Amino acid sequence: MSALALRWFGDGILSTALRGIFSSTKATIAFIICIILILAAIFAPLIAPQNPYDLMQIDIFDAKLPPMSESMNGMVYVLGTDTQGRDMLSAMLYGLRTSLGVGLTAGLLALVIGSTFGLLAAYAGGRLDALIMRIVDLMLGFPTILIALLILAVLGQGTWKVIMALVLVQWAYFARAARGAALVEVNKDYVEAARCLGFGRTRILFSHLLPNCLPPLMVIGTIQIASAIATEATLSFLGIGLPITEPSLGLLISNGYQVLLAGLYWISVYPGLLLLTLVFVINIVGDRLREVFNPRLAV
Amino acid sequence: MTAFIIRRLFQALVVLFVTSVIVFAGVYAIGDPLEILLPPDATMAERAQVTESLGLDQPLIVQYGQFLLNALKGDLGTSFVYNQPSISIILDRLPATLELAFSALILAIIIGIPLGLWSGLKPGSAVDETVMTGSILGFSLPNFWQGMMLIMIFSVYLGWLPSTGRGQTGTILGIETSFATWDGIRHLILPAINLSLAKISLVIRLTRTGVQETMPLDFIKFARARGLSSGRIVAVHVLKNILIPIVTVIGVEFGSLIAFAVVTETIFAWPGVGKLIIDSINVLDRPVVVAYILVVVTMFITINLIVDILYSVLDPRIRSKAR
Repeated sequence: MSALALRWFGDGILSTALRGIFSSTKATIAFIICIILILAAIFAPLIAPQNPYDLMQIDIFDAKLPPMSESMNGMVYVLGTDTQGRDMLSAMLYGLRTSLGVGLTAGLLALVIGSTFGLLAAYAGGRLDALIMRIVDLMLGFPTILIALLILAVLGQGTWKVIMALVLVQWAYFARAARGAALVEVNKDYVEAARCLGFGRTRILFSHLLPNCLPPLMVIGTIQIASAIATEATLSFLGIGLPITEPSLGLLISNGYQVLLAGLYWISVYPGLLLLTLVFVINIVGDRLREVFNPRLAV
Repeated sequence: MTAFIIRRLFQALVVLFVTSVIVFAGVYAIGDPLEILLPPDATMAERAQVTESLGLDQPLIVQYGQFLLNALKGDLGTSFVYNQPSISIILDRLPATLELAFSALILAIIIGIPLGLWSGLKPGSAVDETVMTGSILGFSLPNFWQGMMLIMIFSVYLGWLPSTGRGQTGTILGIETSFATWDGIRHLILPAINLSLAKISLVIRLTRTGVQETMPLDFIKFARARGLSSGRIVAVHVLKNILIPIVTVIGVEFGSLIAFAVVTETIFAWPGVGKLIIDSINVLDRPVVVAYILVVVTMFITINLIVDILYSVLDPRIRSKAR
């Protein structure tokens, strides 16, 4: 396992990426914020002032309090409370956890599935290649939100269904990128050598081709994770995404939308700002990676 | 050229056919229409009767054939909620959505191209950095939240613009449109900005990339050597060359604007197809969902087809490359 890890990252892809990020002030700041948000999501139960989904801890009399209000029990709601009397800050930390969890899971699954198809297409060539790329072109021809709507209209709601919809929307981007990178590599001597040594297709694909196709996949991966988080939030806002039991940032914003016109701005503004920050910093890092690895990778 | 068009037309039909299979399989075969049509306390005899009248006792392939045959006749089923043919409900509301998408597209062009030019002509400058970071912000902004902020600022606090509905429409050249009245335009401004923001970012980036690829080319140097003013070089020589990719992408993006109108229409209560589809998904009004998906996909395929053909007319290299 460690030998494989060494082969994957030993040639410096990760260190090139980090060097690239740290050589730009903007990207460094974005990267640090990104790490902080991920840590905040992981440790949400520890750092949140209350567990917003524990009914024992919330008090309906504290509902709709503006930011910096003080509760009867002495607790200060820094970002106010929602219509149920939940502390907004705590709800946002838990929401961040859900949003990041769903986004990362969907992005990584799409990465694995998409690059497998892309590598296979490049390596096999011929009809299989043509078939896979036709499907990819078809998928990329439609806007993500339309495909996601179609899938959710068919499947119904649920966390895993949303993840499935996101993966189905996103795998094609990875397949195209992986195929493009692998086409350059597939005719090189080392692949021929591996073939001559009698290695199987799986081994050549994953331990010979894949490591050399990682840079574009990393770029697409970063941007697609941001896109997965934003799409999930949109679907949840529309009421066809995650169930109410696991509120993501999108659902929190949606709750705030109901009372926005009544002037209770904090219920939707703060979760929105958090979501924006999250997507924005990931995109900044992705944009920097694109500049580092392949300046010509179009928009 | 004719062969190219025929090939593309054939591809478009295949895509439409595949979509219809998926939609049919998804909406009719997986879900059980009986659950929605019948009250929970229906007797077995009632069930059997409805099953037979809907043709649900037939093999799946026969059901699909019937669905396709009806679809070709323009019959995509009757809405459970509105009790009208679903296709006519969609077509009634489509103009409002098209108007919104069209306005957003215009905004994207008149704001995006100048900013992209400005940024592309001064790469690495403070202007370029600001515009590029701004464009990342533009497509990072969650569409629905950004719409809510527009409402909060311009409707709730400043009270300048209305936040919901389409307002007064009038007719210009026989088309019912919001552009005919001041009230209509006022209602259109916020939704159009909301829908266009991500596309403005896209046009900025496309224009900037185009400028940077064109500027080092020989004909620009030659134009400069001829002593043409830099304003003329940009306006005539650069712009003309980068316009082809921009026009094609914009064409394709029009379809995506129609799809994303779902979000904008939900926030601004805009009476178009996007709001309709979300309501229909929530109340399981399947015929409307099916009609929406097929209509939008058909429009999408048609737009892509036209763009492809236009592109190959504008740039003959594409034709040979396509095969």
